[in-house]
Amino acid sequence: MPKININGKEVEFESGMTILQACELAGAEIPRFCYHERLSIAGNCRMCLVEMDKSRKPIASCAMPAAEGMNIKTNTEMVEKARKGVMEFLLANHPLDCPVCDQGGECDLQDQSLYYGVDKSRFSENKRYVSEKYMGPLIKTQMTRCIHCTRCVRFATEVAGVPEIGAIGRGENMEITTYLEKSMESELSGNVIDLCPVGALTSKPYAFSARPWELKKTESIDVLDAVGSNIRVDTYGWEVKRILPRLNEDINEEWISDKTRYSCDGLLKQRLDTPYIKKNNKLVKSSWDEALDVIIKKLNETENSKVAGHLGDLVSLETIFAFKKFFELLNSPNLEFREKKFYINSEDKMNYLFNSSINGIEKSDLILLIGCNPRHEATILNARIRKTFRDNKTPIFSIGNPGDQTYDYKIIGDNTEIIKDIIEEKHEFNKVFDKAKKPLIIIGESALELESGGYIFEELKNFLFQKKLISEKWNSLNILIQNASTVGAIDFNISKDKQNNFEFFDNIKNNKYKVLYLLNSDNLKFNKNDEFIIYQGSHGDRGAEIADVILPSAAYTEENGLYQNLEGRVQECRKASYPAGEALESWKVLNKLTNAYKNKNLFESFNSLREEALKKIVNFDTINKLPKYKKPSKKIDCRFKKEKILINPIDYYFSNSISRASKIMSECRDIKLKHLKSGTNN
Amino acid sequence: MSLKKVNPEQPKTFKFDEKFKNIADEILKKYPEKNKKSAVMPFLYLAQKQNNNWIPLAAIKYVSKYLSMPYISVYEVATFYSMYNLSPVGKYFIQVCTTTPCLIRGADKIIKVCKQKISEKENQVTKNGECSWTEVECLGACVNAPMMQINNDYYEDLDEKSTAKIIDSIFKDKILEPGSYRGRKNTSPENKEIINGPDHA
Repeated sequence: MPKININGKEVEFESGMTILQACELAGAEIPRFCYHERLSIAGNCRMCLVEMDKSRKPIASCAMPAAEGMNIKTNTEMVEKARKGVMEFLLANHPLDCPVCDQGGECDLQDQSLYYGVDKSRFSENKRYVSEKYMGPLIKTQMTRCIHCTRCVRFATEVAGVPEIGAIGRGENMEITTYLEKSMESELSGNVIDLCPVGALTSKPYAFSARPWELKKTESIDVLDAVGSNIRVDTYGWEVKRILPRLNEDINEEWISDKTRYSCDGLLKQRLDTPYIKKNNKLVKSSWDEALDVIIKKLNETENSKVAGHLGDLVSLETIFAFKKFFELLNSPNLEFREKKFYINSEDKMNYLFNSSINGIEKSDLILLIGCNPRHEATILNARIRKTFRDNKTPIFSIGNPGDQTYDYKIIGDNTEIIKDIIEEKHEFNKVFDKAKKPLIIIGESALELESGGYIFEELKNFLFQKKLISEKWNSLNILIQNASTVGAIDFNISKDKQNNFEFFDNIKNNKYKVLYLLNSDNLKFNKNDEFIIYQGSHGDRGAEIADVILPSAAYTEENGLYQNLEGRVQECRKASYPAGEALESWKVLNKLTNAYKNKNLFESFNSLREEALKKIVNFDTINKLPKYKKPSKKIDCRFKKEKILINPIDYYFSNSISRASKIMSECRDIKLKHLKSGTNN
Repeated sequence: MSLKKVNPEQPKTFKFDEKFKNIADEILKKYPEKNKKSAVMPFLYLAQKQNNNWIPLAAIKYVSKYLSMPYISVYEVATFYSMYNLSPVGKYFIQVCTTTPCLIRGADKIIKVCKQKISEKENQVTKNGECSWTEVECLGACVNAPMMQINNDYYEDLDEKSTAKIIDSIFKDKILEPGSYRGRKNTSPENKEIINGPDHA
């Protein structure tokens, strides 16, 4: 490896690195504004100037490739003077409004001016003023503060794939704006707030609500989709003030989706803070004891086989496990976790995972989407697909039309016949596919929901296995799961015996169940007849609306819990706040219910519950690791039917009870609907 | 120069007419297919030419679709260069150079005349649409300072009187000849014989 001398210290660096990266290897920190590891190099802030031998001028280290034998100095007087000069220019037009700026306390410009700022200004002219720009309901702009680093422009164009932000005008009049100030149409738009090194782009919902040093920070994970993005939850007292991304190279890099970031105001609204009982068709506040009495009376009246339970989308592994245990106690097998009738074969763990792993997307050389819309189903995963499309020009194909995915793809068909042709190696696509060494097939829930969903899955799996594309080294089979609780629920064999005859759905339809326990389940669509509905959850949403008894429990930021993401990675979601009012943590509710019902505890402590639950996870390795590989079992023969593959549209900003309670999400949704109606999409 | 303002009144549609479409296709041939967005500058200029010397938003959309570019990229280019007008200009569009050499030679006096005769503020079109004026940076005719450009012609060696005369002629729609207004031939020295003949001035 080539060597470079930095401040008299010799370090080895990989060829292709810039001087800035080499300096970081040597432990010399370089101040910067425009440079960002995940964006292209712009070199326009000039803050990263360093001194190089044989160069009379200081050089911008972020844009200069490192080379063998260079002699770099980062701590000389010349470097300091140069950086001070740059800083003086940056501050010339930057307003002195730190006391009222939301970035205060976490501002790069503020921090660096501590070292390179000059205490007096020689700029006696008027500072420039730039009017605020509208960028949608999520981003608050104060463009006078902008230092033109263009990180937001590069992010929108490169990572988000919606080239809507740009720099208009030039020189002193340069302004950053979206095209004609329309809102940014991306599910990743919130990330420009983190990228902005100054307070030009800040969070609109969080505006003026707290200072970073007053907030309690809890490292947690997101459960609003199945990706399991790593987040940091910032709380002030009980309130979750904001949610920020946490770096995890394996999952979300350093981005999170807007739903993850901005649903947190939904945690403050529509909360169930006390038990309710329906009396005279009206929900009335009650005490825990009363509510439990009503439930127990009903449970005692009803035959066990007529009691059923449905798990919602945000439930943690422990709660799923406790719920299952509770139903074992009731002696009722009627459990379900699916919201729609999609095909699942829980024989092998790989049958319901994104086996290539999110990191693996970058290694693949061909991607085939079958009946899925990753942009809305798993936004962060889609950002990875876009990344590999951008960097490696990976060809992407789709069966079914998922709409704009922020990258180019080719639709090779929209019915199941195509899949049959591919499996029988009769289709033109096979030629392309055979050439690929590490292809990736992503099957969406919409495809598994078809009548031939079983055929699609089983035959494709077999096809890939025959082609040796399912092995320990590379597994091409990927299922795109949508809900955070799904993988865990399959692992715990909820609905084991009647997997694919969808008995639960039929029974609900035919009014066979007399008691229905909805655990945080708001997305199950059915017509209520005379069932007695128990709803346990955190938000007064669709489930609570039809409930006869409501048991309030914690939301995902208010209790500890493990979640398994779509790759099968078990991650820990930590308690950042506490449940609202009289609400209890989900497992405690079940414990309390059992206690009242059978006079014994379901679990002695949370730790014993977690231990037991972890034992039941299939192919479990350790927390934060991918599951172990196991050879697939025999295929099941399924019926083929010729049908059209339609991708179910997802109401992205309204997909779960927390987002539905969020005012910001509904604003985003309104704007999106308006765009769709007017057809002003770019 | 301040940031260009987009005209509040915009035509709904824009399309190259046949003549300009042919030129556009001719320009496009100069670039390989994958680099066709390089044609954005000549395209914007064509659009401006077709639309009375200014570019409406519809034209920005039209050009970006023509070249498969994002709207914002075309918009960036159109706002960056001072030769693209985003609001209507007069039939005679006067650009007065106010960079140092012209300013030393009295460009501010020309501005004063423009303010008196045309409009108090720059970029305001006169009532009947005859003309509008604006300040611009160096037009590269420093040797004949001060000067101004009216549409495609340079009017050089000006003073208050000659500027007033030119502007008056604009209002009569019979514009005076371009060139030096102190009797110089191109850039040749004043009151001196041209040694190699006028062609070499």
